[in-house]
Amino acid sequence: MALYDLAFGPFAEFGFMRRALVGCLALALGGGPIGTLLVIRRMSLMGDALSHAVLPGAALGFLFGGLSLPAMSLGGVCAGLAVALLSGLVTRLTPLREDASFAAFYLISLALGVLLVSMHGSNVDLLHLLFGSILAVDDTALMAIGAIATLSLLALAVIYRPLVVECFDPDFLRVVGGHGGLVHTIFLGLVVVNLVAAFQALGTLMAVGLMMLPAAAARFWVHELWALSVTSSALALASAFLGLLFSYHLDLPSGPAIVLVAGVAYFGSVLLGPRDSLRALYIRRGRLEARDAAAR
Amino acid sequence: MNPSRPRALSLRGVTLAYDGHPAVQDLSGSFAQGSLTAIVGPNGSGKSTLLKGIVGLLQPVDGLIQQSAFGRGRIAYLPQHAEIERRFPISVIQTVVLGHWRRIGWAGAASPALREAAQRALAAVGLEGLERRPVETLSAGQFQRVLFARLIAQDAELILLDEPFAAIDWRTGDDLLRLIAGWHEEGRTVAAVLHDLDQVRAYFPEALLLARECVAWGPTREVLTSRNLQRARRLSGNWSVEPEEYRHVPA
Repeated sequence: MALYDLAFGPFAEFGFMRRALVGCLALALGGGPIGTLLVIRRMSLMGDALSHAVLPGAALGFLFGGLSLPAMSLGGVCAGLAVALLSGLVTRLTPLREDASFAAFYLISLALGVLLVSMHGSNVDLLHLLFGSILAVDDTALMAIGAIATLSLLALAVIYRPLVVECFDPDFLRVVGGHGGLVHTIFLGLVVVNLVAAFQALGTLMAVGLMMLPAAAARFWVHELWALSVTSSALALASAFLGLLFSYHLDLPSGPAIVLVAGVAYFGSVLLGPRDSLRALYIRRGRLEARDAAAR
Repeated sequence: MNPSRPRALSLRGVTLAYDGHPAVQDLSGSFAQGSLTAIVGPNGSGKSTLLKGIVGLLQPVDGLIQQSAFGRGRIAYLPQHAEIERRFPISVIQTVVLGHWRRIGWAGAASPALREAAQRALAAVGLEGLERRPVETLSAGQFQRVLFARLIAQDAELILLDEPFAAIDWRTGDDLLRLIAGWHEEGRTVAAVLHDLDQVRAYFPEALLLARECVAWGPTREVLTSRNLQRARRLSGNWSVEPEEYRHVPA
């Protein structure tokens, strides 16, 4: 009974804990497949870069509207999309590789964002933008997060096949006329709106954590794309649940607690997962050595 | 290049370039319908670039590439090995079914008939029973067979192959060569970038010898003469050294 109280008591008792959990459920549903595709397309760092790119936009929204959610979200989406398009353009027009141009843009955006907030806000505001406050998620924010998750899953369902082919064999898609560029752009747009959704709860610095860490961990458990997406959504939700509990019982900041739990899941998977983990490699080597010994 | 045969594809003064550096210069000629052509030439002579230009991955900076009687969807293209993400979690049969893209597109379901066609294509390349295997577990030769099965599923009039026998063993090479001969007999137009001149002489009735410009194009024994080959070599000696990996290829 004590365990039950420990695990579910806070959610039964407090509305803000329930809202936080439901928000994380929505984030996990959208973030699972998107994070998986980012990992598979070797775009993990790009996700990180885009999450920082959201900051100056959110900061501009903050300057004009204060801590108003619609203003900061709108600014965040615009800034994220602008950076995605601009770095795509730089990559296409110059020999600079995509990761380098993304890194350049995100450093600029991060500096610009911090500068903008410091000019007109307090350090508390800056911390709020950078690290979010999931326990302050209100009904409006919850609706926005839910709407974005729904939209993302629907959009992914529509572009799923060309997106998969664009990743596996982009030239094939271009030759058969599958609109690879359009699909890539829609996907980057989905990454940005999901980061903005997560930013309300986890802040711009942590937003990408709930997306990437579970996706990277899932790779050590399953192989197929749908299984990777489902596993990473499940891991994200479990991390959010445990992270919120730690945050409540031990009085820790919620965003970092959630991301750290996801980090523990990641390290656990690297060590113990059944596929390509250190344990799996060790066992395979042991078997090979045993076979060699038997052959001798 | 026999003018009396209908043309599958003709090129008029085509120049293809990367970053302003021409890789194929002022190429004119045509692939006759049902022809089987080997494209040969020294490294960096623009063979792969030419295929990219024909399938539309690269826009010509000058000249005209004209396809007759069939649109873009009727071309099947086998890129070089390295340009595919081999570790992507996709199964063998899923890869082959993609060959039906023209019929299934973004969202269409693969009907039982299309699935059966994919199955038959897989059997034709000798990979029955591997349908559900992830492609990352295949050997280089098996993977090339899967890509050939996808070409079969595409059922194209014009088939372009970029070094189809690189990095595979001779048995796989023989099997795939038989498939190409089969396409030729079915009346499809096939062009392949190749290196093995003996193989070209034995199996390919026509050849295009390329050294950025066209050295010779026509019946293989008239093209692969020692004089033409020497000329191609001499032309390639004049090129400034520019390793291919330093060229910027737009993603």
